Amino acid sequence: MKLRSLAPILLLVYGLAEPLNFARGGQTPPPAPSAPSPSPLTLLSKEGRRPIPVTVIGDQEFVALDELASIFQLTVREDSLGAITVSYKRKTIVLTPDQALASVSGKLISLPAAPLDDARGRAGRRHWLVPVEFISRALSAVYDAKLELRKPSHLLIAGDVRVPRVLIRYEIAGNGARLTIDATPRANSTVSQENDRLSIKFDADALDVALPTIQPQGLVLGIRLADPVTLAADLGPRFAAFRASTLPMDASARLTIDIVATQTEAAAPTPTPSAAPAPPPDLSAIGQAASSIRTIAVDAGHGGEDEGAKGAGGTKEKDLTLAVARRLKTAIETRLGIRVLLTRDEDKNIPIDDRAAMANNNKADLFISLHAGASLRPRTAGASIFYAAFDKDAEDQARASLGTERLPTFSGGQRDIELLLWDLAQIRHLDRSAELARILEREFHDRIPLSAHAIDRAPLRVLESANMPAVIVEMGCLTNADQEKQLTGNDFQSTLVQALADAVVKFRGYLETQP
Amino acid sequence: MTSGRILVASSLAMAAAALAWFMFVGLPRWYGAPATTTRASAAPSTTAPLPPGRKIKARFYYVGDDGMRLVAVQRDVLFGESTVEQAREIITMQIAPVAEPLVSAIPPGTKLRALFVSERGEAYVDLSREMSSAHPGGALNELLTVYTIVNALTANLPAVTAVQVLVDGKEVDTLAGHVDLRRPLAENLAWVQ
Repeated sequence: MKLRSLAPILLLVYGLAEPLNFARGGQTPPPAPSAPSPSPLTLLSKEGRRPIPVTVIGDQEFVALDELASIFQLTVREDSLGAITVSYKRKTIVLTPDQALASVSGKLISLPAAPLDDARGRAGRRHWLVPVEFISRALSAVYDAKLELRKPSHLLIAGDVRVPRVLIRYEIAGNGARLTIDATPRANSTVSQENDRLSIKFDADALDVALPTIQPQGLVLGIRLADPVTLAADLGPRFAAFRASTLPMDASARLTIDIVATQTEAAAPTPTPSAAPAPPPDLSAIGQAASSIRTIAVDAGHGGEDEGAKGAGGTKEKDLTLAVARRLKTAIETRLGIRVLLTRDEDKNIPIDDRAAMANNNKADLFISLHAGASLRPRTAGASIFYAAFDKDAEDQARASLGTERLPTFSGGQRDIELLLWDLAQIRHLDRSAELARILEREFHDRIPLSAHAIDRAPLRVLESANMPAVIVEMGCLTNADQEKQLTGNDFQSTLVQALADAVVKFRGYLETQP
Repeated sequence: MTSGRILVASSLAMAAAALAWFMFVGLPRWYGAPATTTRASAAPSTTAPLPPGRKIKARFYYVGDDGMRLVAVQRDVLFGESTVEQAREIITMQIAPVAEPLVSAIPPGTKLRALFVSERGEAYVDLSREMSSAHPGGALNELLTVYTIVNALTANLPAVTAVQVLVDGKEVDTLAGHVDLRRPLAENLAWVQ
């Protein structure tokens, strides 16, 4: 343990003693003409955009350290013992070839993989590959300007560049259609029609967008990127007119374009849902009546005289949970068209069993209970997701009785049996609750700080009687002063709500693949 | 309501408390009545240093550095003749205040009121109301509090298979709104580092 933590320091000393400067000159080389097969990272900065080639080994994406050195003016030195010292101005990052760790200005950080020697077809000195997370976890900590790695969209944003995330949804509504385009952080846009295409131009430097696949039915044939800040919707023969409106929402700007079809044509054939067996998150399915999730119960933890945890700066858990629950309701109802039931919409104490009962009685398909944590250790931080756990005996009993319609036969009256089943209603949903927890963890990853134990199982009262997939989300730790500030901030709450809403979409996708 | 009446009322209350102490604590002591294991009114726990006598080693649980899990610490505790007496000694020591670097998940001021063990090996640990009223909240934090008590008994006493926490002599739904305390809970070392 001791030796391990000392190792980077020792290596740093060796690195300084025997410097071998391999850094390239100041000139930026032109991008390689033949791009490698995995899609490259795109670096967006005030100077424009340029690709950074990516190599995939196993499941891990790597970038060449030399490439980063030439872009960001880094100096790379390697000593005879193998330590790699990356210097930027007067700050250093020390890497060790066989360790998934780096020392960044003396502070240890972890990497998903150790640096690799890219020896392919090259002789002489070694060419190091580092995990792409090296940029977000190590380089961004020493670099002067802001560096933001958006792994899913393969973007690396350097400096003060406006690159909103753009989420596009296309829905058929009656004889027409609706395009809903959310840009986060908020970016203004203008819509214009040029012949058979609609142009949506954003006031931004670039867009971070995943283009949806659209089943053409004569109105909109497809959506593409016309230039870095302009979306183009190609219009079909049934297009008659459009109406655009914008609405600011939390940190996003929502642009809604209603597309009206010509009246002379017959209604377009509705796409058959069974045609695509396992589509990726299919946003065009949103709003259809046959959704597997129609109602979500969102439970704002605590309330009234039960204030819950308290932050160092005085934040009360009950107020935070209610604020986020209200935002989540708005987001899910408007973006996803799913009804949201709040177990409380005021500062009032609701008995814990009534919360699950409300969800059960309203036939909610999902139960999300919002909480914030407290710890006796002031440094503890990060979000956790809980799903229910039962003692093995209870689980066995309940599972045995679930297979058939018969009531369990252990001693005690019928009334006792009913009470027992009500208390254990969650048992039949445990697998799906676990999947919901995993999806939430994935959606939070890179967006919301997670605790070291991101998912836990526990005998939590509010979940046990919930007769639907159910989780508690502890959004962060109020007793950590930094996190308290973060939790009460607008940006964090918007990101959290977005991540929760995205998880709902993913979970619906998962449910639809289940028998 | 005059101050005279308040004075009379409070002196009456004090007299009643003194009488109650005399009947339930003073008299039994006078007659040397042995402490029974089934009485609800157990002797108040002591926070004094361990008196001389036979001791055993037992594992106690405190909040780990990361605040996310418990750590087990081996400490000496007074030997108890029976499972129940040993359980009392362990819980009394487990809930007593500790000095840094140890941090206890048990709210300050919590006292042991009574402790029973059923024939099925289920221990019922009755703690004073501070266990709930002085709890700082948080689901994970509450889990650490509950499993401090559950594991302190189940990990040290093979005869104890599960533990139910009572507060102020009563069954409670939860301590601070999260962990279900309506049933005895079995040992769970997943909450220990």
